[in-house]
Amino acid sequence: MIDKRVKDLASAVAGIKDGATLLFAGFGQVGEPVELIQALLEAGVRDLTVAANNSGTGEVGLAKLIRERRVRKLICSFPRTSDSHCFEAAFAEGAIELELVPQGTLSERMRAAGAGIAGFYVRTGAETKLAEGKETRMIDGKLHVLERPLRGDVALIKALKGDRWGNLVYRKSARNFNPVMAMAADLVIAQVKEIVELGALDPECVVTPGIFVDRVVEVGR
Amino acid sequence: MKQLSRRQMAWRAAQDIADGAYVNLGIGLPTLVSDYLPKDREIVLHSENGILGMGPAPKPGEEDPDLINAGKGLTTLLPGGAFFHHNDAFLMIRGGHLDLALLGAYEISETGDIANWTVEDPATPPGVGGAMDLAAGAKEIRVILEHNTKEGASRIRRRCHYPLTASGVVKRIYTNLAVIDVTPDGLVVREIVPELDFSQLQDKTEARLTLANDWRKLEAPAI
Repeated sequence: MIDKRVKDLASAVAGIKDGATLLFAGFGQVGEPVELIQALLEAGVRDLTVAANNSGTGEVGLAKLIRERRVRKLICSFPRTSDSHCFEAAFAEGAIELELVPQGTLSERMRAAGAGIAGFYVRTGAETKLAEGKETRMIDGKLHVLERPLRGDVALIKALKGDRWGNLVYRKSARNFNPVMAMAADLVIAQVKEIVELGALDPECVVTPGIFVDRVVEVGR
Repeated sequence: MKQLSRRQMAWRAAQDIADGAYVNLGIGLPTLVSDYLPKDREIVLHSENGILGMGPAPKPGEEDPDLINAGKGLTTLLPGGAFFHHNDAFLMIRGGHLDLALLGAYEISETGDIANWTVEDPATPPGVGGAMDLAAGAKEIRVILEHNTKEGASRIRRRCHYPLTASGVVKRIYTNLAVIDVTPDGLVVREIVPELDFSQLQDKTEARLTLANDWRKLEAPAI
């Protein structure tokens, strides 16, 4: 029998080690697995590398993890948002390393990791500072940049509903990075508002099939 | 001197968007364009966080915290709209499926280079977001920006001073003073605000301009 449900948040994040590379879904706060990140903070892990589109909002979730100096390096497309003071303070202090990645490249690097693709050439970033030090190649008369996959040891994701096989559905624009991050990590942990019976999710509407998911925890929101 | 307000600039840019176009509006000034899309055209707005068919800001009481735009402001979905995940959102951008990206910028060069992701201030972390993907991937790039900085420096330059987002991609520029096309023969002025003549516009612009034979006055309704 397959049962990926775990009883609480502490069990959901059990086994994540210091120094791990983590993928955090979300676009701003929408789709961000705030409860899982809080559990990770409480578990005491540190020296983390985190890939996320932004750098956290206010003093919750990723922002709090950065405030507590648990994040050594952030791989990110847009760290400076309306309420990113925790990251900005750490950055100004030199307490966090930033790898700035164009948003589509960030997403595609994770897709490549999930799809068994060792690298890809893309126009995005060609002839810019963000391509410095990267291999380039002229293809069809245009300069392309070689980008490598980005794989996480762990992905923390958030969905609306899930079942015990790990099938997931999302809500509106809270889907964002969740499905691609679910493909790109060795251990994928999903927080869901509600766990439903197997068969209750319309198979035509499942966005993340359970094969990508290892643990599901219900958080009620 | 009379010049276009930010909303009038947005209005002017909106008038050029074709019926049936799939369009991404950058954050900041370009986002205002959505308020002035001609009502007789169906224009499908794309948002990088996984939306096609984005509508206007929600009415009071209709806000949904799970429905935001690229600038992370609350938005709505029109009938016919769809949600999808980030990789598909950027596949649409990078794979050349968008007809138009209308972007903001710090600077534009006379060969259509765009700089809009960092001012290289060591105290401020840079942010690229989807800018490089849009600049490299959309079928057409137009830019909407103030003609000059607050200090009066030209934002339309021979070469960009700030690090590039992409080179040679911008086709049309909307400013508070003029509408300018980037052509193989350089920058061609299509429209100028009535209070300014061509030589006065050139004086405010570092890059060399030429005036189109069929140039017109740039006028926008009071908004």
